[in-house]
Amino acid sequence: MAAIEAHELRRTYRTHTGTIRRKSKEIEAVRGVSFAIEQGELFGLLGPNGAGKTTTIKMLITLLLPTAGSARVLGLDVVKDAREVRKRIGYVFGGERGVYERLSGYDNLRYFAELYGVPPATQKQRIDELLELVGLKGREHERAEGYSRGMKQRLHVARGLLHDPEVLFLDEPTIGLDPVGARELRSTIATLTAAGKTILLTTHYMFEADALCDRIAVISKGEIVAEGTPGDLKRGVEQGSVVEVEVYGVADATIERVRQLEGVVAVSVEEREQAQVLVVQTRADTELTSAILGHLDGGQVGRISRREPTLEDAYVALVTAE
Amino acid sequence: MSSLRLLRVGWYLQFKMILRSPFDGVGNVLYPLFFATTAFFVFRAGQSPRTLIYASLGAAVMGMWSSVSTSAGSAMQRERWWGTLELLIAAPRHFSLVMFPATLGLATVGIYNLAATLLWGRFAFGIPLRIAHPLLFALSVLGTVLAFGGLGLLFAVSFVRFRAAWVLGNFFEYPVWLICGFLVPLALLPEWVRPVSWALAPTWGMSAIRESALGGTPVPDLILCLALGVAYVGFAVLVTDRVLYDARGRGTLSLT
Repeated sequence: MAAIEAHELRRTYRTHTGTIRRKSKEIEAVRGVSFAIEQGELFGLLGPNGAGKTTTIKMLITLLLPTAGSARVLGLDVVKDAREVRKRIGYVFGGERGVYERLSGYDNLRYFAELYGVPPATQKQRIDELLELVGLKGREHERAEGYSRGMKQRLHVARGLLHDPEVLFLDEPTIGLDPVGARELRSTIATLTAAGKTILLTTHYMFEADALCDRIAVISKGEIVAEGTPGDLKRGVEQGSVVEVEVYGVADATIERVRQLEGVVAVSVEEREQAQVLVVQTRADTELTSAILGHLDGGQVGRISRREPTLEDAYVALVTAE
Repeated sequence: MSSLRLLRVGWYLQFKMILRSPFDGVGNVLYPLFFATTAFFVFRAGQSPRTLIYASLGAAVMGMWSSVSTSAGSAMQRERWWGTLELLIAAPRHFSLVMFPATLGLATVGIYNLAATLLWGRFAFGIPLRIAHPLLFALSVLGTVLAFGGLGLLFAVSFVRFRAAWVLGNFFEYPVWLICGFLVPLALLPEWVRPVSWALAPTWGMSAIRESALGGTPVPDLILCLALGVAYVGFAVLVTDRVLYDARGRGTLSLT
């Protein structure tokens, strides 16, 4: 039995526009997502903002009802057996919200230990163990409002583990963390996987998914566009190449013209210090450097380089494909 | 047992948070003084010390009620802003068991409101503070706090479903002062209002507190107050699952 199964999950939101002439509109956030995660597996759900990652997770953790489709966690239906599912899962999300700022870190954990029915006899020991695990030992009696973003994030992780859940849902847990904090958190996640936890991790950092995940599903516009091991996804782009052109201000129309060139797989623009970098993925059998420069209309151009594609390029190609 | 423990720990931590809120603190210090002063000026024309005690007790319960009616809504709104509402709902405990300690914590602040109002009346305006049945008075206050907590829970559950409903908390504040006889006896109100008054626990809590202070028979009023409090909690528990299912369907839990 898979630890997490989603079958054709869909979720639609109704939004309204106008004040007097109110019109309602349906937005499909998740459009028929299916996957299965085995016990002890670390599965990454990757996608840009608004792709449907958080909506998918919220359906699995019973905070949202699916509009259609079904999902099971440890064999339990997320709609019919919501309370039983909640007992067996932990949920951690990124950012600074979700903490009682006026309480100490310890009191935050104590409150949630009660909510998750951690036995009083083992509560103190469990909280101490988790404080040690996430590196908050010694700061636990300070009010959470004085914690840094990274400390709050680690408090979230401790909260999610209080009742020793079999399955963990981590929704962009490293978002906004500095590189050191993010690395420490990734190391904690790796420890949890080694302890046999099943983890569903959402992130939009490809390298993070590559470093941690056994398997990855890329979600774009509410649909899964690729699924496999990090190696599988890399092999998908290994045959091509990437041209990077440093530019100083590039119009959307220019990007669109480059995208239309024969042999171009994907185009993206990255901000790097003072300049922008136009990143163009091409098929292996094409040499497009001069064609790309021709479309830049004589604008100021800096360094031009050519390199092998990375996993991140594979991801960009998948989520920007029309 | 574990439910009782959750109620105790939840109440303690929620109460701790309320005490640490500077804005709530200022309001709680100033409100009782305002209520006691208003009651004194309104009722001093009566000259009778009994009238002044009647008014002073009414003002004290006004403070208790204000603490629950306005704060229950804003407390739920705060859970939304803090991003903790989803975490509370994602926990396996029944949501009403999670929220009851929070509303009970708010009602407990009302005890301070009551004491401050009575003391302000005593020392600023010389309203005598004689309690005929101290034990029954204490029980009446406790019973009223519990019933207010129950009513607050009913409010809180509806605030989960209707995001803007916290405004209604403010709306309910003043009519209850009048309908439940905090300032004027129910006998002065139109006949058609009385069934509404009888359905509201604050009416019976107020009556029990006055009867015990002025030497009457508070027990029947106290029993009715507690019975209504239990009914509110029971109703809140019954509708919670329905309300949460609806909110999960509409996807409004994460919205602020």
